[in-house]
This record gives sequence, structure tokens and C-alpha cells, in this order.
Amino acid sequence: MDALRLDFLAPLRAFDLELALEVGRETVALVGPSGAGKSTVLRAIAGLHRPSRGSVRFGDETWFDADRGIDLPPEQRSVGLVFQEYALFPHLSVRKNVEFGGRDRVDELLERFRIAHLADVRPGAISGGERQRVALARALARDPKVLLLDEPLSALDAHTKSRVRAELHELLGACALPTILVTHDFEDAAALADRVGVLAAGRLVQLASPADLVASPADPFVAGLTGANLLRGQARPAAGGLTEVTLEDGVRLYSVDEATGEVVAVVYPWEISLARVAAADSALNHVAGEVRSIVAVGNRVRVRIGPLTAEVTASSLERLGLEPGQHAVATFKATGTRLVSGA
Amino acid sequence: MTRGFTAVLVAATALALAFLLLPVVAIFLRVSPGHLFAQLDNPVARDALLVSLKTNVVAEALILLVGTPAAYFLANNRFRGRALVITAIELPLVLPPAVAGIALLATFGRFQLLGGTLHWLGIDIGFTQAAVVLAILFVASPFYLRQAISAFEAVDRPLLDAARTLGARPHRVFFRVALPLALGGLGAGAALAFARALGEFGATIMFAGSLRGVTQTLPLAIYAEFDLNFDVALAMGALLVIVSGTILLAVKLLPRWMRSGSTSSLPFAPSISS
Repeated sequence: MDALRLDFLAPLRAFDLELALEVGRETVALVGPSGAGKSTVLRAIAGLHRPSRGSVRFGDETWFDADRGIDLPPEQRSVGLVFQEYALFPHLSVRKNVEFGGRDRVDELLERFRIAHLADVRPGAISGGERQRVALARALARDPKVLLLDEPLSALDAHTKSRVRAELHELLGACALPTILVTHDFEDAAALADRVGVLAAGRLVQLASPADLVASPADPFVAGLTGANLLRGQARPAAGGLTEVTLEDGVRLYSVDEATGEVVAVVYPWEISLARVAAADSALNHVAGEVRSIVAVGNRVRVRIGPLTAEVTASSLERLGLEPGQHAVATFKATGTRLVSGA
Repeated sequence: MTRGFTAVLVAATALALAFLLLPVVAIFLRVSPGHLFAQLDNPVARDALLVSLKTNVVAEALILLVGTPAAYFLANNRFRGRALVITAIELPLVLPPAVAGIALLATFGRFQLLGGTLHWLGIDIGFTQAAVVLAILFVASPFYLRQAISAFEAVDRPLLDAARTLGARPHRVFFRVALPLALGGLGAGAALAFARALGEFGATIMFAGSLRGVTQTLPLAIYAEFDLNFDVALAMGALLVIVSGTILLAVKLLPRWMRSGSTSSLPFAPSISS
């Protein structure tokens, strides 16, 4: 199986984008805040942005090599790029849009993406989810060897997003192409990708499976990106091989990770349970506070309590009868409390 | 107080409108339309119409042929001195027509900059129909170029990038994506240039002269006839009013008709210095 191999440096306005990455028949998501250089990575692969050093290769083809002076134009690189706002041609029908990439498989693609009934409609008249399917069909019409997706879900409203995300996941599996997708949303990355790379200020901070990123984030930035609660404090060894962390407001936490000095305690919302009073259970960490907000996310509820966000099921919240302004206790285990260096 | 101020505003508007419209209306009021258009059968008018038609069609074709790719290039490339290049293109817009005429003479006149070389090659441009075309090109093409540049700039850049990644070579991107999407703006620019070209007077009379049947266009014929045969001059004037009015209407409506999807183009360029 041919793989896409990147190793390049591209100066951007505020920093240098420096990336080395090999993508086989898998989906790699690049996650990071906007302005981290994510889109530039895709543009450099597609030939729309010229790095100053390094190379872009696919299998034994060289698409870009600064040292050898090779820089294939975009039309000679076998890349399917789905743009952030889809960039569908507004003056062409859905069918003509797909045909633009290649004429051989148009009917099959229209059928497969359930857009055959829209073939004669122009992109201005169809929904966001449909537009994305047209953009994907068009990108695949060229029979690309690599698929690149720039913020594939950001143009969609929250309602359609989860459905489209599931469709996209299924589709990426079926395509079995080396795929790089770029997103600022860790949840999207985790749902769609086999591996997730965290990009910050032009550098790959960490590249791992979504589960590994959650389990052992390399630094507070990665932890924050994955949606964890970040609690700053001072760590010192305590009895029983535990580490005691004193938070800025004086609350003490315990972790099984070893650390001393400035640390950030990382606790995921779903590791936290809620109660009206501290229970005498096996969990070591109890943080009492006022319930500040309650937000429903699908069938779960996110509850802000003191410095923490806890995620519980709607039914268990109903059983507790908690409301904003009331007092509650958040409980989580020492084994669910990661410590990363706070520097 | 507010009512008084509003009255001033309305009065100013009415005054401006009356002043601008009255002379145009006057052309049609002096004699009956039937009599007016019968005058167009006059040989001087017929010759002038033919010269205007021929020179304008050739000039417009040249403007579109050279101006469109030039505008596309200027719209899509950022380079040092770009603003200067665009300003230079716009210079003829603000030049007095007499200056344009003398400048063309200084360039193509027999003993001038290029004229000598051209004469040696057996080409004499001064006082020929080619001179009329050159004068028209000089004063009218900036109208098209300016409008075309902003029409191409209004085409979303990702659409051009998308076309490239879909395997289209640059010329296919131009013909299949950029050109169709900019068409409304290009049409408006072409109409503006045509309207300016049709009325060209100063540069033409200095550089090409006013030879009946050769270089005497409609505006020159109006000037030549107005103390000989006022009605004929008036008839030609009426014709130009109708043609120019139609073009103005087309300029206003064209972009609205051509607009499709997310990419729109402005009917007029935002400002001269942009």
C-alpha cells in the first residue's frame, strides 16, 4: 500500500509550519486552534501552497521536493481536496460539478452519495449536508490517491452535524484512501480518525489514537483540546504512593501519577460523578461547589460545578434534582486524575 | 426645521434632475420623431453611422480580446508595483481627450516615437480608420479593464483552487470557472467601454481628423453638420441618446441577470484608486 509522506517547512506569517507525517490507508485528523497552520498543510499537499523546504511524496511519486526543484502543479497531484465551504461551482449543476473532477463514475457517485435526485439542481439550492456530499463526490470523481478534508463539518449546523459525521465516518471507511482531515473540534477528530495529530503554532505536539490522547495527553494544551478539566496546582508525594495536589483555592486532590511542583491535574467530565453530599465511597477526590450551569448535550448533561465540568446522564441528573445555584459535590477517583507538567 | 431642510434636499434633487434631463429631452422636442429619423437617410449621417459602427466593432473586439486576459492576470496575481500598474491603466480615464489626441499623435504621428518606424514599414496610421480605432482603444479600454479586474476579483478564490485540484489546467480554470462567473461584470464593463467609445470625440478629431466616410464618426459628424444642417445633427444626436440610454440600462441590469449562486459581481467598480 502506497503511503503519503510529508516532511516540510513552510514559513507562515507568525511562525514556521514544520511537519513530518506518514499517512497510510487510514484517516489522520489534524486538530488545533484556528491559525495553527492546519489548512496550510492540506494546501501544501495539494500543491496550492509551496513549502520552502522538504518534500511531499506519495508512494514512489515525488510531488514536491525543494532540493531537487520538483513542484508538481495541483492538477498533476492525485489529490481529492474538499474545501471548508465546499467551493462548489455555483454556475454548474450538481452533475456538472461532479463531472468536473472526472466523467467516468459520475452516475455511480451520484447514486452512492444519494444526490442523484439533485443532479440538475445548482448548489445554491441544496442543504449543507447535501453540499458536503456533492463536494465529496466531486473530489472522488477524479479517483484520487489521497483524500484531504478541510473542516468538513464546520459549515453545518449542530443539528445536521452528528448525522453527517456518522455518514462521513462510514464513507471514509469505504473509500480506504490515505486521508487527512483538519478540524478544530477534537470530538469530530476522535469520531472520524484512526490517529489524531495535535497541531499548535505550526508544530505537531502529539500524534496518537484518540483514546491515547485522552489517556495520556502530552501537555495541558492537548488535554484542554480533548475536553478535559484542567486544574492548576502544586504536587507533592503523599502516603500510599499517591500524589497530593493542592489547587489554587486550597482544595486537595489525589492522583496515582507521580509528580512534584507545578502541575495541571487533568480530569475528564465523564470521570466525574455528582451527589448532593459527599458520599463515603472509594473515590478520593471530592470538590464541593455551587452548580453554575446545566447544559444538555444529546442524551447527556454537562453540569458546571465550581471549577469543574461533569458529564452525567440526563436521568441521573433528574434523580438528583439538581438546579443551578444549589450546592453539590463532584466526585472522581485518583485513578481518573492525570497529572501533566504545568510548565 | 426638519421639514424646511427636507424641502431644500428635494428642491436640489429636482433642480439637478431637470438640468440633466432637459437638454436630452430637447433633442426630441424640437422636431417630430418621424421627421427626425428621416434625416438619418442623409448621406453624411449614413457615412458617419457606418464609420462609427466599423471602428467601434473592431475596437470593442480588441478590448475584449486583450483586456479580458490582462484583467484576469491582474486580478489573480499579487506582485510589487501592481497598484502602480492598475493606476497606469486608469490614467486615460482622467486625461482630457485633447491630451489623449496629442499623445497619440506624438506616438504614432509620421515623424514621432513609433510613427517613423511604422512609416518605414509602409504603415501610416494618422488620419485613417486605424487611427480612429486607436483613439477609441486609448480612451475606452480602461473602462473595461477596471470593471473586468473587479469582476474577476469577485470570483471566490477557493473555486479556482478547487478547479485546479480537480485536475483542470490553468486555461480550463479560466474558461470553465472564472469566465462564466465573471460574465455579468465583464458584460457591464464591455457596455460601459462601448458607450464611451461611441461618443469619442476629442482624441479622434485630433489624431484621425474628420474625413467624411473615413474617419468621421457620428459625434464628429454632429459637430460638422450643426451649422450646416441642424436637423441632421439633431437626428444623429437622437440616435446616440437612444443607443447610450439602452447601454446604460443594460449595464444596470446585466449583473443582476447574470448573478448566480454565491459569487456576485458589482455593476460598477468601487472606486478609481482601488
